[in-house]
Amino acid sequence: MDAAIIDSGGANLASLQFAFERLGAKTRVTADAIEIAAAPRIVLPGVGCATDAMERLRRSAIAALLPSLTQPVLGICLGMQLLFERSEEGSTPCLGILRGEVRRLTAAPGRPVPHMGWNRLEDWKADPLLAGLAPGAYFYFVHGYGVPACELTVAQVEYGGALSAVVRQDNFWGVQFHPERSAAGGARLLSNFLNL
Amino acid sequence: MRDGQVVKGVRFRDHRVVGDILELAARYRDEGADELVFYDITASPEGRSVDRGWVRRVARVLDIPFCVAGGIASVSDAEAVLNAGAEKISVNSPALADPSLIDRLSRRFGSQCVVVGIDSERAGEGYRAYRLTGDPRRARESGRDVLQWAREVQQRGAGEIVLNCMGSDGVRRGYDIEQLRAVRGICQVPLVASGGAGEIGHFASVFREAGVDAALAASVFHSGAIAIPDLKRALRSAGIEVRP
Repeated sequence: MDAAIIDSGGANLASLQFAFERLGAKTRVTADAIEIAAAPRIVLPGVGCATDAMERLRRSAIAALLPSLTQPVLGICLGMQLLFERSEEGSTPCLGILRGEVRRLTAAPGRPVPHMGWNRLEDWKADPLLAGLAPGAYFYFVHGYGVPACELTVAQVEYGGALSAVVRQDNFWGVQFHPERSAAGGARLLSNFLNL
Repeated sequence: MRDGQVVKGVRFRDHRVVGDILELAARYRDEGADELVFYDITASPEGRSVDRGWVRRVARVLDIPFCVAGGIASVSDAEAVLNAGAEKISVNSPALADPSLIDRLSRRFGSQCVVVGIDSERAGEGYRAYRLTGDPRRARESGRDVLQWAREVQQRGAGEIVLNCMGSDGVRRGYDIEQLRAVRGICQVPLVASGGAGEIGHFASVFREAGVDAALAASVFHSGAIAIPDLKRALRSAGIEVRP
């Protein structure tokens, strides 16, 4: 197995599995803490709301396990947000692995919320997860909450202010966009993750 | 989509087969489409949910987002489609029949994957929403004013509105800018224009003049009249930001 995909109960794990399958990687969707602890890499996906997802992670003891992991962990979209301390979505305490808070995006003329669509990553720092990607590459975003750019931000996206698009601390990475639906750039990022 | 194939009509009538689902999906992926929308047009008129077998097959080959519509009338219908690999689900007739469906879907999956499609037709000074439009014999005016309905679906948690202007559909004379502007004025979620694209200039106009977030088209792509790379080049040189 190349990576374990945490089954946090939300829908749509298939598209992530298929993306890894296209790269020839073997993944397993699991909610079993022992299996997750033993995996070489771990993906924390997430579609749905922060409150439900955290409740399920707590119930399955994965919430307690995650901060202690030392292998590469990649949070995607809500999965990235859950790595932080808390979310304005339902005032939910999150995993607290990364310092910072998840904020609700505010709509303005010309800037609808949820934020949906292809955006360029800006202002990025060198990181193995972004190896081989052209600066200014486009990725697919779909989210109503976000993390303002902070010291953990590796690349940002402009949407009514600078938001974290990619974050990293030690072995924990998070991406706000969906690499599994971001065409060639997304495939490259996932393949970089498999090489970490 | 009808019976496992891609079809396209004119003003929601006289649908013709244009090709195989997987072949078209792969073609548009390779040409640089930013998102695909699949409408199972006979699902609601036939009182069934969308068939899920092809959703998985499409999800396997696509590396861009896609949305599935057709007869999704419950949280479990939606869950099955999302679990099969779709990014978003779009509801229309079932939401008109039971608007609380939108609340339940957005609470369960988040607004970001709940799209409400509105099939709209001009009526006097305003616009009315239609349902069961996939089958011309069963299509009905829903009794709802489009602007009021668009406000309501946002309050209920819709994360995107696709406005299908029925009078413009398939006739390739341009999007209904006036109608789209009216909806844009009250729409805080992403708004997708649908119906009427005939030439490259129509896309630039709808972005500039109606301020929509995305433009959907079918006939011109299916027929090959407009190639997506040409369209994107033209939009970029008109100063509209698009993914290369």
